[in-house]
Amino acid sequence: MPDATGLELIAHDLREQVPGSVTGTQHHRGIATLIVDPDRVLDALAWLRHTPNQAYAFLASLHGNDYLPATPRFGVHYELLNMDRVERLHVKVLLDEPADGDLPELDSCVELFPTAGFQERETYDMFGIRFRGHPDLRRILMPEEYEGWPQRRDFPMGGEPVIFTHNEPQTPGWFE
Amino acid sequence: MVRVTHEPRDESVRELAAGVILEPQPPATPGGADIEEELMTINFGPHHPATHGVLRLLLTLRGEEVLEAHPYVGYVHTGIEKSCEDKSYWKVIPLVERMDYLAYYFNAMTFCMAVERLLDEEVPARAQYLRVIHCELNRIHSHLVWLGTAALDLGAISIFWYCFRERDKVLDLFEYSSGQRMHTRYVQVGGVAEDIPADWADKALAFTYEMEERVGQYEAILDRNEIFLQRTRDVGIVSEQRLLELGVTGPLLRATGNPWDLRKADPYSSYDHFDFRIPVGTVGDCYDRYRVRVAEIRESCAIVRQGIEGLPEGPWITANRKVALPPRHELATSMEALIHHFKLVTEGFRVPPGEAYAPIEGPRGELGCFVVADGSAKPSRVHMRDPSFVNLQALREMVVGGYVADLVTNLAMLDPILGGIDR
Repeated sequence: MPDATGLELIAHDLREQVPGSVTGTQHHRGIATLIVDPDRVLDALAWLRHTPNQAYAFLASLHGNDYLPATPRFGVHYELLNMDRVERLHVKVLLDEPADGDLPELDSCVELFPTAGFQERETYDMFGIRFRGHPDLRRILMPEEYEGWPQRRDFPMGGEPVIFTHNEPQTPGWFE
Repeated sequence: MVRVTHEPRDESVRELAAGVILEPQPPATPGGADIEEELMTINFGPHHPATHGVLRLLLTLRGEEVLEAHPYVGYVHTGIEKSCEDKSYWKVIPLVERMDYLAYYFNAMTFCMAVERLLDEEVPARAQYLRVIHCELNRIHSHLVWLGTAALDLGAISIFWYCFRERDKVLDLFEYSSGQRMHTRYVQVGGVAEDIPADWADKALAFTYEMEERVGQYEAILDRNEIFLQRTRDVGIVSEQRLLELGVTGPLLRATGNPWDLRKADPYSSYDHFDFRIPVGTVGDCYDRYRVRVAEIRESCAIVRQGIEGLPEGPWITANRKVALPPRHELATSMEALIHHFKLVTEGFRVPPGEAYAPIEGPRGELGCFVVADGSAKPSRVHMRDPSFVNLQALREMVVGGYVADLVTNLAMLDPILGGIDR
């Protein structure tokens, strides 16, 4: 993990190379977090990956989160890893929910990190965050015809209608 | 494969009867579809014994050759991550254990490590050692199930019984120390649930010596088995660089010669006190993957022995009464202990707001847990970075261009656990 000073140095260099990319830093319980502007996330990740003295070449994990009721509402987290120095960097992107009920959008990093393919699909499946440029953005864990984004905080727990014996006839077509 | 030509059947039969050796005939329609050229799309799974669960592969075949393979997952998706958001922290532990059902100690441990990081809670040395001992026994157990089922996929049935015989001994040890054979809920936030019983250490030591002997016997069965060698050597090679791009970790990566192992690279839970080696392969074919995992069983035996011999005295769970239950005998004499016991069991403990990602080296690679706390007694998000889920992306590149039979080998040596993939 970069320490608090190291994190500020990374943020400073990244701000110089990709202006406006870093919107904040956090160093909490030994975890270094870089908060990145959603429009410049690809440039920032590419810089972190390809710059020789950064070289965070391994994307350990990509996951989403719903911070409801906070705004911006959605978060996409990238757990970057440099295997030579054994340093982890947590990159966080915060996304607003579009006002007209559209899905929030973010650039896909599959070109940069091919491992993100499944993980971006899972984030799309669970949170409805659309990744621009993903080659095959479909649901992965839920059925393809499913409606709704189950891991959002406003999706009810146990929201599925349950078919008991007594209400089978009232649920026409359930068996098809 | 039988080449079918398109001449009239009765004529060829007549010529065969006359003892005439047939010349290869050109297809009836020149340039048309020979039966071997015809592409076939089939479903492999979801209910197929060789898929180790409910994995569905959509295969495009030309004869026996795999041209394209698309995995479809989600058949055992039960929304465990969503359910975790509705449970207090200590009730989440049995839920996450059921994700990757062969690595339950690892799942519970990575979740507890993430929560401990958010709480800034120290884990006593004895608890760290007990975690290491049980995790390594769990690794042996997971590799034994893998070895038995993988060899079974390749047609070796006896090894399956031998592996499950030893696996049962690991489960006996788990039952003795925690009361359960699977999904033991032994790892707690701040330590482990219970100290080991009086003669557990002797039984575990005896098991490690027996296990090492048994590993030698497994190798005697498989290592020089001509069928096993032909089906695994030079099969499913993907370069180290490509595996890293695809995020593959664990034995699959180590089989290519990259010694990346979080136990050594980034020691957690006092793994730096232990003396063990990281087995690596050379070319990264299925045979190397097999060799790496079998060698890891030996190393795990050594770690368990060192853990038991160097087990420090002291408490096995943190003394912080705000996180860990007070000992049972205190409830009869201390009012505060009774209150804290009641509060912990009904409401659970609160975790200050924050986000933490805690990675450990599971049997299949980097297993990480991402926990978001919002200050209440329930996590606002629990995500497992499951190695099976990420490693499955490498399957396509392992199998395309090979035969269907090699696909089965690759799938077996990939060791996917669908409970972990679908969560």
